[in-house]
Amino acid sequence: MVEILGVPIQALFGQLLLGLINGSFYAVLSLGLALIFGLLNIINFAHGAQYMMGAFVAWLSLRYLGLGYWYALVIAPLVVGLFGILIERLLLKHLYHLDHLYGLLLTFGLALIFEGIFREIYGISGQPYAVPAELAGGYNLGFMFLPLYRGWVVVAAFAACLGTWLLIEKTKLGSYLRAATENPKLVQAFGINVPLLVTLTYGFGAALAAFAGVLAAPIYSVNPLMGSNLIIVVFAVVVIGGMGSILGAVVTGFGLGLIEGLTKVFYPEASNTVIFVIMAIVLLLKPAGLFGRTA
Amino acid sequence: MRRGWTFLAGATATMLLAAGAQAQVSDDVVKLGVLNDQSGVYADLAGHGSVEAARMAVEDFGGTVLGKSIEVISADHQNKPDVGANIVNQWIDVDQVDAVVDVPTSSVALAVQEITRQKNRVHLNSTGGTSDLTGKACSPTTAHWTYDTFALANGTGRAVVQDGGESWFFLTADYAFGHALERDTAAAVEAAGGQVLGTVRHPFPNNDFSSFLLQAQASGSNVIGLANAGGDTINAIKQAREFGITQAGQRLAGLLIFLSDIHSLGLETAQGLVLTTGFYWDLDDETRAWSKRFAERNNGRMPTMVQAGVYSAVLHYLRAIEAAGTDEAKAVMAKMKELPIDDFFAKNGKLRQDGRMVHDMYLVQVKTPEESKGPWDYYKILRTIPGDEAFRPLQDGNCPLVQ
Repeated sequence: MVEILGVPIQALFGQLLLGLINGSFYAVLSLGLALIFGLLNIINFAHGAQYMMGAFVAWLSLRYLGLGYWYALVIAPLVVGLFGILIERLLLKHLYHLDHLYGLLLTFGLALIFEGIFREIYGISGQPYAVPAELAGGYNLGFMFLPLYRGWVVVAAFAACLGTWLLIEKTKLGSYLRAATENPKLVQAFGINVPLLVTLTYGFGAALAAFAGVLAAPIYSVNPLMGSNLIIVVFAVVVIGGMGSILGAVVTGFGLGLIEGLTKVFYPEASNTVIFVIMAIVLLLKPAGLFGRTA
Repeated sequence: MRRGWTFLAGATATMLLAAGAQAQVSDDVVKLGVLNDQSGVYADLAGHGSVEAARMAVEDFGGTVLGKSIEVISADHQNKPDVGANIVNQWIDVDQVDAVVDVPTSSVALAVQEITRQKNRVHLNSTGGTSDLTGKACSPTTAHWTYDTFALANGTGRAVVQDGGESWFFLTADYAFGHALERDTAAAVEAAGGQVLGTVRHPFPNNDFSSFLLQAQASGSNVIGLANAGGDTINAIKQAREFGITQAGQRLAGLLIFLSDIHSLGLETAQGLVLTTGFYWDLDDETRAWSKRFAERNNGRMPTMVQAGVYSAVLHYLRAIEAAGTDEAKAVMAKMKELPIDDFFAKNGKLRQDGRMVHDMYLVQVKTPEESKGPWDYYKILRTIPGDEAFRPLQDGNCPLVQ
């Protein structure tokens, strides 16, 4: 059996595949964050809470409305997206002319409030959410047993990222968005409703987070802490990829998932910290991030 | 002249008497500080429930001791030793706390133990796991009440090896508790004739165990020993099922599992798990009666072993204060070690010289969904492990207090 640094190559492939699956979550979440930062200049700390709320909406729909996973994939982003629009209209729009820091503080406060509310009601041990029957079971790939659901996660995440990229790069609406990111006043002068665009973008970012939450519900237990565990890593991913870059967020998300997977094989104790080490190095060498452009 | 002397004698006597009365209870109040995780991975197994259990003990005792009131305060240490240490330092220096209660998360427990030892306060630890609390880190003012890693290792480890689980691979939380549990269980497994094939350390706390479980699977062991607790154990068990590990023939040994974990996992997933516990609510009429009272104050959730342990420890502590006539830590602890413990939690319980409370443990198995007659009816008792057999012998602990 071929071995690399003492690890059989079969085991390595298994870990890389797992890393890719984790990377899917990083990619979808950092995509939402990058979108919001690119247009609104708001560092959306509530992203993790929106991810958690997406998972909870999926669980609540199943528990109280009897609506299964496939409905949840549509309902949760809609509900959380609308909620995001509400936050933006009521609270965030007052902060655009101020320093970044205020947006960060506000969204951080919101995240703490939402997580606290859910924790009060549901505790932290988690609610069970079953894998949908169509995606249960798995394949024995030889080097590992791949649960079908985890394979689906990679596909769905990739589809979401591709869809978003197409929306932004290839459609008229996307072109308005890109223009508004560069020069909002000029775009407004042309008669395009920029504030509406901004609101919709925040809602879309929140919806992406909720989509990731529904994907996560069957594999990680649906608990109020699930967002806060993930969001710090996602921020590191966005910083490494470049704060406003869509492509950067997606590529870095998948890439760092792979690197984390490798670390778990060779030196598991460091798997929590390797992404931050990379972030420190990138910031020292290229502060705008790997795909970012300096303003 | 004679009247002057009488007056002086009378005044001196009064002063001495007054001084004596004040030496009984420091600051005129007995304050208990319940310190645990109220928002993270260990919040459900102790958390608010432990605070309620402490309050119940104070109320059942009568609310006052030696004529002074008893107060219960609480705080969240967030599983961080520095946060826990800061809280306890403030509690002792500023808030007149006499006893620190509960303290899960062994790294925090060890830090708190150092502080209570130096500042001479009582440490009633119900939920911390590491057997080092009564071993090399032992303290004259600590009572380790409900369980420890040695008892778990001996109970579950030995039983699983005897049942055919001979080769082990450990999935260990990378901090003091995980290391202690792995060390004690490896020793118990090897003493019973089994062998340890390897170990992988995961960050604490952790969400995704897929990568570590895959390594455990690749080792080819009979048993995967989960040297972690709370939310970590729940996630590991769920994901092991998801990756077909249990279906492929490897069995999971949950070394520290609480009733709240089973409630969260559901019997469908958790059935058949063998575990060691210090208490179960459905043992006899006394445990049932107390547990129902507790559940009414705890959102209908039945007590875990450590929450029941908090009640028992606080009650015994208050009785010892009354017997000792003071709340000074060493005097009270001496009384606690002298008086036997006989309540619904521990019959024939004894607090040893090294601070270990020795009582019967129970080897239990999780029921199948068909066997369970209702919510919280999760365990069937396989065996009662007598206290002296369950816990580490007094002379083996390297505790400096034991000659």
